[in-house]
Amino acid sequence: MLPLNDAGMVSGLVCGALFGWVLESAGFGSPCKLTGQFRLSDWSVLKVMFTAIVVAAAGLLGLQAMGWLAADAVFVPAAMVAAAAVGGLLVGAGFAVGGYCPGTSVVGLFSGRLDAGVFLLGLLIGTFAFAGLYGPAMEALMNAAEVMAGDTLPDAYGIPAWAVVLGMALALAGVFVWGGRFERASRGPVTAAEAVNGAAP
Amino acid sequence: MDTSSASHPPARPVRPFWSPLVAGVVLGLVLLLTFVWTGHGLGATGATTRLSAWLGAFAAPAVTAANPYLGPMVEGGHPLSSWISWQVLGLALGALASAFWAGRLRVQWDGERSIGRGRRILTALLGGVLAGFGARVAAGCTSGLGLSGAATLSIAAFVFLAVFFVAGLLVTRVIRGV
Repeated sequence: MLPLNDAGMVSGLVCGALFGWVLESAGFGSPCKLTGQFRLSDWSVLKVMFTAIVVAAAGLLGLQAMGWLAADAVFVPAAMVAAAAVGGLLVGAGFAVGGYCPGTSVVGLFSGRLDAGVFLLGLLIGTFAFAGLYGPAMEALMNAAEVMAGDTLPDAYGIPAWAVVLGMALALAGVFVWGGRFERASRGPVTAAEAVNGAAP
Repeated sequence: MDTSSASHPPARPVRPFWSPLVAGVVLGLVLLLTFVWTGHGLGATGATTRLSAWLGAFAAPAVTAANPYLGPMVEGGHPLSSWISWQVLGLALGALASAFWAGRLRVQWDGERSIGRGRRILTALLGGVLAGFGARVAAGCTSGLGLSGAATLSIAAFVFLAVFFVAGLLVTRVIRGV
């Protein structure tokens, strides 16, 4: 029965290397390509992330339906709504200003981008700042507006999991259609040659 | 070495990026593999947080041990001794190999062409501080909470992603970071 719950070095290195290979191949080491999503000229971030979420979610459901994967056996983040909203606000703002998110800054640095190393230094400073301010007030903020009924949409609101995945698949089709229109109406996606030369928006 | 082309680096031909659909499907399969192999998804800031704890323990041991957030990480063994550290090391090596093989490895200050090097360093640093702080509040980043959480249909993941995109769209209108 899956998952194997392996916590060793090999699974970490292999899954991480595959992750880095895909992110770099998608162009996600380039801050200009990444922030093109927010300028609405390059929709690769939404297209890739959303496709991956639908594929992985459908795969998890399929494996559970076939009885190969135990139900409720994979890690689900707690439904801390306020913490997720404040964190999403800061990470989104940091992405727009700095050009990366934490994972893609590693990809940026290891494709030669020194600015990504500065972003990573900023991540460490931000972590120290958080640790310095951590205490009862911060914990109260992070625990505010927690959904008590459950951590997932099916558990908390009774929406069938297949319906959530189907809804996401339909939204994904919309992202490809609408994103394509925005891309054709603007400078369009950043190409690999542009990214390597440090594309300007 | 190809001597017939212009003397401009990089020497290896630049291969195009994968189409977003192909990259998305492969990323989804990698994420699925990670779930069935380890019981959890992919991440990033788990490792930078542990790196912070390790650096803190090195530079200011007493302060770090007394800190309510970083202290527990330095109590039980080496703070970097964790699955996520290996995963982020793999992330770095995978990205390096991919960039090298595809002719996309080039040392540069990306973004200096549009806003200049000095300003680019400032925006990269500020962005990193905001994202580093935010990822600790949310207990996850775009990878660990957004991508991996949404695949499990997590409410927190959908809230994070929705606010993340709206914030990015709005801040882009105000500040030019790249």
